[in-house]
Amino acid sequence: MAENHEVKAADGSLTIIGRSLPKVDAAAKVTGQTVFADDLVLPRMVYAKLLRSPHPHARLRAIDVARAAAVPGVLATLVGSELPVPFGILPVSQDEHALCLDKVRFVGDPVAAVAALDEETAEAACRLIEVDYEVLPSSMSIEEALARPEARIHDYGPRGNVHKEVSFDFGDVETGFREADVVREDTFFFEGSTHLPLEQHAAVASFGPDGKLTLWSATQTPHYVHRALAKVLEMSPAHVRVIACPNGGGFGGKSDPFGHEIVACKLSMKTGRPVKITLTREEVFYCHRGRHPAKMWVKTGLKRDGTITAMHFRTALDGGAYGSYGVASLYYTGALQTVTYRVPRYKFEGFRVFTNKPPCGPKRGHGTPQPRYALECHIDRFCRDLGIDPAEWRLRNTLRPGTITANHMQVKTIGLRECLERVIESSGYREKRGRLSPGRGIAVTGSAYISGAGLPIYWNAMPHSGVQIKVDRGGGVTVFCGSTDIGQGSDSVLAYVVAEELGIRPEDIRVVTADTDLTPVDLGSYSSRVTLMTGNAAIQASRKLRALILGAAAKKLEVPVERLVAADRRISDPADASKSLRFAEAAVLAEAEHGTLGAVGSYTPPRSVAKWKGSGVGPTPTYSYTAAAVELTADRETGLVRVDKVWIAHDVGKAINPLLVIGQIEGSVYMALGEALMEEQVFRKGLHKIPSLLEYKSPTTLEMPPVESILVETLDPEGPYGAKECGQGPLLPVIPAVANALLDALGARVDEVPITPDKVVAALQGRYRPPRMPEFAYPETVRVEPLP
Amino acid sequence: MDKARLRLLVNGEDREVLAPVHHTLLEVLREELGLYGTKHGCELGECGTCTVLLAGRPVLSCLTLPVECEGRAITTVEGLARDAELHPLQAAFAELGAAQCGYCTPGFLLVAEALLREKPAASRSEIAEALAGNLCRCTGYLKIFEAVELAAARMRGEAAPGPLDSARG
Repeated sequence: MAENHEVKAADGSLTIIGRSLPKVDAAAKVTGQTVFADDLVLPRMVYAKLLRSPHPHARLRAIDVARAAAVPGVLATLVGSELPVPFGILPVSQDEHALCLDKVRFVGDPVAAVAALDEETAEAACRLIEVDYEVLPSSMSIEEALARPEARIHDYGPRGNVHKEVSFDFGDVETGFREADVVREDTFFFEGSTHLPLEQHAAVASFGPDGKLTLWSATQTPHYVHRALAKVLEMSPAHVRVIACPNGGGFGGKSDPFGHEIVACKLSMKTGRPVKITLTREEVFYCHRGRHPAKMWVKTGLKRDGTITAMHFRTALDGGAYGSYGVASLYYTGALQTVTYRVPRYKFEGFRVFTNKPPCGPKRGHGTPQPRYALECHIDRFCRDLGIDPAEWRLRNTLRPGTITANHMQVKTIGLRECLERVIESSGYREKRGRLSPGRGIAVTGSAYISGAGLPIYWNAMPHSGVQIKVDRGGGVTVFCGSTDIGQGSDSVLAYVVAEELGIRPEDIRVVTADTDLTPVDLGSYSSRVTLMTGNAAIQASRKLRALILGAAAKKLEVPVERLVAADRRISDPADASKSLRFAEAAVLAEAEHGTLGAVGSYTPPRSVAKWKGSGVGPTPTYSYTAAAVELTADRETGLVRVDKVWIAHDVGKAINPLLVIGQIEGSVYMALGEALMEEQVFRKGLHKIPSLLEYKSPTTLEMPPVESILVETLDPEGPYGAKECGQGPLLPVIPAVANALLDALGARVDEVPITPDKVVAALQGRYRPPRMPEFAYPETVRVEPLP
Repeated sequence: MDKARLRLLVNGEDREVLAPVHHTLLEVLREELGLYGTKHGCELGECGTCTVLLAGRPVLSCLTLPVECEGRAITTVEGLARDAELHPLQAAFAELGAAQCGYCTPGFLLVAEALLREKPAASRSEIAEALAGNLCRCTGYLKIFEAVELAAARMRGEAAPGPLDSARG
C-alpha cells in the first residue's frame, strides 16, 4: 500500500469485495442470451433507414420524398423540418438536428428517413428521395478550417470555424521560464481514431396509444438521451422512457444522443408502430464522436537537475462537424498535465475548429491521451538533453499526496511513484535500458485519469448517482440504478457492493439498471465515474437497509445491535453461535417492524477547490494513476514495430474485483497499442478513406503482446472501499511508452501517432516531416493565481 | 419478395423455414429462426462476429447462403451448452472474464470449439492463429487465450492451471 487512509469498508473483513468473481451477467454473455438493442423484436415492428449526405458541405435547397413515400411497403418518411428543435450533449453546443435542416456538414450527415415493413424496402425507398444540394467549400483539416473562415460550418463560435478557444496562465509562466536553466519545445500530432465497438448502434422506439414513448437503445447515457428526446420531440419527460440495452462495446462512442434515436421515435409516433433502426458498420464510422485529431506544442523550462520551473502547453483540435463533447474535450487537453509531476507554473492555450468530417467527441481517455502522449514524449526528450534517465526523472518528480496543482486540481491519494517502481522493477528496465540489442528499445511512462467528472454535463444540484434497494420476503434483493453496463461490469459492481454490505451473495441479487422509468438517475457510463459513484450510492442505500434488518434481528436475538454481523446470508453474533438468524428471517422481521423494506442512496462528488471559469473540467473525486513499461523490436528495413511485452501498474485505489480490473487494463493496453501503431480515422477529398472493419486497421490476436498487469491499492478515502477508476486511465501511458521505446530502439524521432512503418522508415532516412502547429491568434490570457 | 423453402439442421433440430432468397445464413438464423445469439459486426465478412459452425467448421454466416447449408449440421452459440450445462469453453470464458461486453463472444466460442476438436492441446500461438479472424475491442484477447487454454485443459481431463499468470496484486 502506498498510503494508509481510513477505508470506507464494511464492518469486519471483506468477503465479496476484492475477490475475482465472475460477472453477474457472465452466463448470459457466453450463451448468447444477452439482449442487445438489435436483438429486440416487438409485435408489428417496422424498420427505418436513413439517407445520408454524399457531400462534405452543402446547402439543402430542397428535399422531395414523394417517390419514396409511394413505394409499396413504405409507411412514413421524415425530413429535418419535422424535427426543428436542435440538440447536443452539452448545453453550450446545441448544434445538431436529428435530420439536417438547411445544411449538411459531413459525408454521412443524415438528411431524411423512411420507415417500411422491412429494411430492404426502407433502403430502396431512401434511394428515391430527391435532394437538391448546393455544394459549399469544405474544410478537412485544422489548417483548412482556419484558412477558410468565410466557408463557415456553423454560425456560432468566436469567429470563422473556431468553435472554442481558451488561454489560461496559472501562476505566471514567464517568471518560471526566466528561472529556468534550459528550455525545450516540441510539437506533436495525434491522429484521430474511432471506438469501433463490435456492436453497431441500434435503437427500437415504441409510441403507444397511451401517448407514452419508449426507446431501447445501445447508449451509454440513457439519462441524457431521455432529456434530448423530450426536448426535440417536445414531449413531457414524464411520458418518455429510455432503456439502455447492454452495450456491445462503447468506449465513449455511444455517449451522445444520436439523430437515429430521435428519428426512430418520431417514425414510431407517425406510424403508430414500433420502429427499429440498426446502423451499418459504415454508418457507425459516421456517428464517430471519436478521438480528436490534435496538434500540440509544449515548452518546458527546467533547472539542470530536472526540476520543472514552468510549462506552456498548446493544443489545436480538429472537432469535425458538430460540437458534441468538444468544449469539454478541449479543456481536457489542458487539464491533467499538472496532476502527475511537479509543474509549479503552467499555461494552457487551446482551440477547437469545426471541419467537414464526422464529429469528434469522447473516446476512452477523453481529451487526455493526446496531451499525455505529447507530454511523456517531451519528458524523455528533455531528459536526454539533461542527461537524466527518464524513468528516474519520473520517480523524482511525482506529486505528493494532498497537492493542489497550479491549475487548482486537488490530488488526494497518488500511487504513481509505486506504479513506476513496480513497472521499472518487473520489466527489468534498469538492466535493459541502453543494453538491449540494436533495434530493441524500452521505455517507462506515467499518467493520470479522473475517477468520474466532478460536475454533471448540465448544471444541477442533484446527485450524480442514485441507488434504490428493495428486499423480498425470501431474502432476495433487487438493486435499481440508472447505470449502464457497456461490458465493463457495472451491473456486477452493484451486486458485489450490496452483497458485501448485506452479507449475502451476488447471486441473491437481481440488478435492474439503465431504465429511466424504473431506476434512479445515474448520469451514465462516461468519465470513468460509475464504480466510484454508484458504489458509494449503493453503500449508502445498503447501510440504511442493513440498519433496519440488523435492528430487527437484534430484538429477536436479544443482543445489542452493534454485536451483530451480516455475512454468509446470516445475521449473527460472532461471539455467540446460538445468536444467529438467516438473512431472509431477519428481513421478514424487519418488514414486520417497519413496513415495506426499501432504501435509497445517493452520491454527489465533493466540491472542487477550483473556482476559475473553465475549471469544471478536470476535478474529480480522485485521480487514478498508471505507469507502463514497453519493450519493443523495430525493423530498420521495413519500419515495422513489434511490441514484445507491456508491463503496466495501475493505482486502482482498491480492486473491487481484480479479475475485472485486469480485464479493463488489458483492454486499455490493447486499444492504446492500436492507436500507437495503426488506428487512424482519415479522409480523402471529403470521404472517409476506410469506413470498414477490414481497412480500418486494429490489432488482432496476432499483434497482441503479453501484458503483465500490476494492481496498486492506495485506498482512496473518497472511493467505495477505497476504489478508483480503471477503465480508461490504463490506456494513457502505453501510447507514449511505445513512442519512447522506439526512440530508444532506433534513435528515430516520429513525432506523431499512429507510428506506421512508412513514418519509421522516413525518419531513419531523414525524410520524416515533423508536424507543425497551425498559426493561431490565441485569445487574451486569463491569469489565475495559485491557491495558498 | 421471392421466398425459398429451406430445410436446415440447426443445433441438432430439423428446422423448415421460408426465407427471402437473398437472406444470408446470418439473417435466417436471427430473423427467421429467432436465434439471436449469433451477432453481427459488419455483415461484410470482416470481423468474425457472426461465425457459426457448418459441419463443424467455422463459417461467416453473413457471407453464407442458407441454401448451401441444407443437409449439413449448423451449430450456433445456442447449441454449445448441453441442456443447462455450459460447454467447458463457455464456463471458462465466464470464469476468466473473457466476455466483457459479450458481443463478439459467440463467434470466439465457436472458432475455439472447432480448434479444440481438431487440436485438443493447441498452443498459445495456434490459438491466436485460429482466432485471428475474430475482432474483440474489449479484452485485448489475453483473457480469451487463457479461457481457451483453461477449457482445453479441462476437456483433456487435466487439472485446471493455477492462478492467472498475467496479474500480480
